Amino acid sequence: MTTAHRHDRTHAHAATADHAPPGHEWEFLEIALRELLIEKRVLTAAAIQARIDAVEGATPIQGSRVVARAWVDPAYKARLLADGNAAVAELGYGFDGPKLVALENTPARHHMVVCTLCSCYPKPLLGLSPAWYKSREYRSRAVSEPRAVLAEFGTVLPEDVELRVVDSTADCRYLIIPLRPVGTEGWTETRLVDLVTRDSMIGVAPARTPQTDHGTDV
Amino acid sequence: MSARTHDMGGAPAGPIDRSEPPVTLTEQRVDAMMALLREPPLGLFSTDAMRRAIEDLAPDVYLGSAYYERWCYAMRDLLVETGVLTDAEIADRLAAVQQRFETEGAPP
Amino acid sequence: MTDLFAPGMTVRVKAGETPGHVRTPYYLRGQTGQVQRLLGTFPNPEDCAVHKSGLPAKRLYQVLFPVHAVFPGQAVAAADDTILADIYEHWLEPATVDAGETTAL
Repeated sequence: MTTAHRHDRTHAHAATADHAPPGHEWEFLEIALRELLIEKRVLTAAAIQARIDAVEGATPIQGSRVVARAWVDPAYKARLLADGNAAVAELGYGFDGPKLVALENTPARHHMVVCTLCSCYPKPLLGLSPAWYKSREYRSRAVSEPRAVLAEFGTVLPEDVELRVVDSTADCRYLIIPLRPVGTEGWTETRLVDLVTRDSMIGVAPARTPQTDHGTDV
Repeated sequence: MSARTHDMGGAPAGPIDRSEPPVTLTEQRVDAMMALLREPPLGLFSTDAMRRAIEDLAPDVYLGSAYYERWCYAMRDLLVETGVLTDAEIADRLAAVQQRFETEGAPP
Repeated sequence: MTDLFAPGMTVRVKAGETPGHVRTPYYLRGQTGQVQRLLGTFPNPEDCAVHKSGLPAKRLYQVLFPVHAVFPGQAVAAADDTILADIYEHWLEPATVDAGETTAL
């Protein structure tokens, strides 16, 4: 059992605007609700833990594999762009509920995803979203100051490339297919997977280039 | 008229804090419980009802709360709204939990 | 399913205020954009939010807006940068040339 480990993690992080300090009042409410739901047999502790494990199992590697496949297989890419849910199911990834829409970056157009209303994010492919994606600052500024936001991520696009900000407002979840880096011709799909970062699938950064393949960039 | 608190596209805001603190167990539990309550077979409420419950938090609560803290308050409201729990039993249990930790230490 | 708004059509997002849960962002209300595609039909989120079925389902469209037109004087964006948003049919209306808009779409 990993209770001790989890206990440490609960108290490990620093408090920021979108992160409550540990021991905050609302954590007692979580305990109260959970106890009541379990006692009333609405939920079980095992089901909650199983769900946590399942969520932990969804990480950006899933999305990276989808993108790498699209890079090497034009027919797959066409299917992904036409019907995202069906295409990721081909690779064994369930994407139930919302419609999955893949958008492809090109030399002339770069996409960047935000959800200004809440926090819509393709969790089954990318895992839980990073804190900044859910922050007031990103949600507010991504639509009005997209180039300034990208610059904060170290991404500078040429002026003649259209930056298309995708506001994930409704029942779709968006996955960006970043540009395949130059210098990767002939690479295997497996090797390409490592270049496809989470941030490149949100669209705040390009895919890793072979030169920075072994860098410390996340 | 103006935009509601959650509807923040284009609002003035400062630099983005790109740090990525690890998700806590409490946050994981809220995430998991909300999913289990929402999805079949329970299907107690829809994603839209969950969003509405979050949006209906008072503006100072919305802006002053952590992400999953908002979810936790919304979950409480939805559980009362759907008749699964009552305000009174939540209040009683919350007091009991707080009392327990006052005598025993920090929450697990 | 018939398509109310064909790709390429210029549409305006209704400027209304509604209480309750709405998936049309405030900053796009009253803005003029171009339909990109029909995404399908989905239960109306405004009804689902209050535990109704949301049926009949509503058409959902991808609509494209120029950043500088939406945020005049405020945008930090290049001239041709755009915002793509998903807008439900009941929030859209055909944009007419004489409606006072001078958007150069």
